[in-house]
Amino acid sequence: MSTPEAGKNGARVLTFGEAIREALAEELRRDPTVFVMGEDVAEAGTAFKVLLGLVDEFGPDRVIDSPISEPGITGLGVGAAMTGMRPVIDIMFGDFITLTMDQMVNQAAKIHYMSGGKLKVPMVLRTTMGATRRSAAQHSQSLHAWFSHVPGLKVVVPSTPYDAKGLLKTAIRDDNPVAFFEDKMMYQLKGEVPEEEYTIPFGVADIKRSGSDITIVATSSMVQVSLAAAEKLAEIGIEAEVVDPRTTFPLDKETIIESAKKTSRAIVVDEGYERYGVTAEIASVIADGAFYYLDAPVKRMGAMDVPIPFSPALEDLTVPTADTVMETAKALCGRV
Amino acid sequence: MAKAAKQTKPKTPAKAAGSPDAEEWLTMYQQMARIRAFEDRVNLLYTSAKMPGLAHLYIGEEAIAVGVCSALNADDYITSTHRGHGHCIAKGAAVDLMFAELLGKAAGYCKGKGGSMHIADQDNGNLGANAIVGGSAGIAVGAGFSAQRRGSGQVAVCFFGEGALGQGLIYETMNLAQLWKLPVIFVCENNMYNEYTHFSETTAGQPIDRAHAFGIHTEELDGQDIRLVHETAVRVVERARRGEGPAFLLCHTYRYHGHHVGDINREYYRSKEEERDWVENRDPIALFADWLLAEKLTDRSVLDGIEAEAKDEVERGAQFALDAPYPDPSEVETNVYA
Ligand SMILES: Cc1ncc(C[n+]2csc(CCOP(=O)(O)OP(=O)(O)O)c2C)c(N)n1
Repeated sequence: MSTPEAGKNGARVLTFGEAIREALAEELRRDPTVFVMGEDVAEAGTAFKVLLGLVDEFGPDRVIDSPISEPGITGLGVGAAMTGMRPVIDIMFGDFITLTMDQMVNQAAKIHYMSGGKLKVPMVLRTTMGATRRSAAQHSQSLHAWFSHVPGLKVVVPSTPYDAKGLLKTAIRDDNPVAFFEDKMMYQLKGEVPEEEYTIPFGVADIKRSGSDITIVATSSMVQVSLAAAEKLAEIGIEAEVVDPRTTFPLDKETIIESAKKTSRAIVVDEGYERYGVTAEIASVIADGAFYYLDAPVKRMGAMDVPIPFSPALEDLTVPTADTVMETAKALCGRV
Repeated sequence: MAKAAKQTKPKTPAKAAGSPDAEEWLTMYQQMARIRAFEDRVNLLYTSAKMPGLAHLYIGEEAIAVGVCSALNADDYITSTHRGHGHCIAKGAAVDLMFAELLGKAAGYCKGKGGSMHIADQDNGNLGANAIVGGSAGIAVGAGFSAQRRGSGQVAVCFFGEGALGQGLIYETMNLAQLWKLPVIFVCENNMYNEYTHFSETTAGQPIDRAHAFGIHTEELDGQDIRLVHETAVRVVERARRGEGPAFLLCHTYRYHGHHVGDINREYYRSKEEERDWVENRDPIALFADWLLAEKLTDRSVLDGIEAEAKDEVERGAQFALDAPYPDPSEVETNVYA
């Protein structure tokens, strides 16, 4: 591991990937019931090299390489969680959560309820999301809406190294099944992460940038895209407020609604499909809660409703960018 | 357009059981040389940052794709994997259109929408490469079912790596195939590594026993020996065509390069000595050349000529793709629905 840099305020700087690794290391150290399991998570440190070195400290009994058996390891995670452990199951690409669906949706999500509260499933499914890596249709999807749809599951979509670390620690300590989505394009993103211990509660949105003219509610890497858009908007005198819900469930409706009431305009940006997606849910929250304060209909921006194409010439068109967010915001503010 | 593989025409009777003649062996040699040249060029495109995405090279495993596909008719089906360029060429694809796909160009087999891990070439029976490990087993078994119900006499070959033995779908579909005597050949290419992990660390028992458990006709063979692969494939394909059901071929092989081109430092999961041993002593093309020469079926100059021609064809194909235009932006929204 490289020596950490110092940030502006002297705080330590880590990459998103390093923040994830540190959260896991701290929780593995703190709680002997925590273990990590997945394909090539040990010596290889995952396909993205995010867990590199973890096995050296915790050994192959706690950082466990598995066969290529997503339903199997997810199911194992459910059973281990029901019987006293806190598994962190690593599903390499978010596209492969499709294989885990029965275990997550019919098993993990319902066990607490079906057992009348007697059983619980404190497990974390860590996986990735995000396009523009030229990985084509089966390795580029952002499917966090699928889990967000299911009562019994919690869903985390961090946007910064700081949030990633604090939210992952909370996820591991939560007594419910939690799906944790990491945008693979953000693993190298740097940000301040204090040395001292902290956790971040679920269902508490973070205002990543304050502004008075328009609210941009964004998740995961779309927060970074929206912050870049906000800088461009500031140059033409539009002050955007960027609200990051951080978890799609539980969802901090209040912060989102208050921001929309304040600015009277809102865009929701998320990398999942627009159709029946996270943006639709949040837009309806805003429409419900801030209707009389809105000067314009809520705008939604997500991945185009197409399988993600391989060709760079096409792939780049499929997801929101700082430019498209800026243009949408400008139009919504009546500036063309 | 690149020269297509010499395959028997659709609807002709299955290949005669007799051994291939010199010309047929040389065609197989040519196919192996084309795959190797193609993959070498992919490596170069990738390392010179001309190719986006990921490239999983088939170098070292050529005898399996060619040995099996040359036992098939042009209208027989295959399904392939993320390491699929070899299967695609062996089933008759043109290298220029493949390169175009790999570079995301409009002229590619899938208009640039699929890329390396998703090339499909329906005209040659290739139902597509698949980036979900084991993900094509259902498709292959469905194609075999359809061939049986249509009475077409076609067979379907499902190529997959030993890593796919971890996937439940493989077992559900093997059960279906044997239960209903479907004309499906499961070809397990055991190159020993699931990405960066030796298969013995992920696989309980013997892989071969898993097919045995369903009562499927099963053979284990040296995947570096094209003659063995081919002759075995001819036998099991004939069986399948006769309605005697599926087969499972466990082929032992090795990938020379990394899991993908970016996998450079491999010593933490496999040794340089092991790599050298396979490259120097078990290279499928060199072994085949030795045999062809020892049997006096050809001479060195002919083989050299075949290799030079393959490199030439590949170079032209790569240039074609490099010069080809990207798809029009409007393409992004076409083909979502049929
Ligand atoms: C369902 C699924 N899980 C994980 C992966 C990531 N992955 C891609 S290739 C690979 C290893 C495959 O090994 P094997 O099947 O033996 O094929 P090989 O690469 O050796 O040809 C893995 C784990 C995937 N593509 N699909």
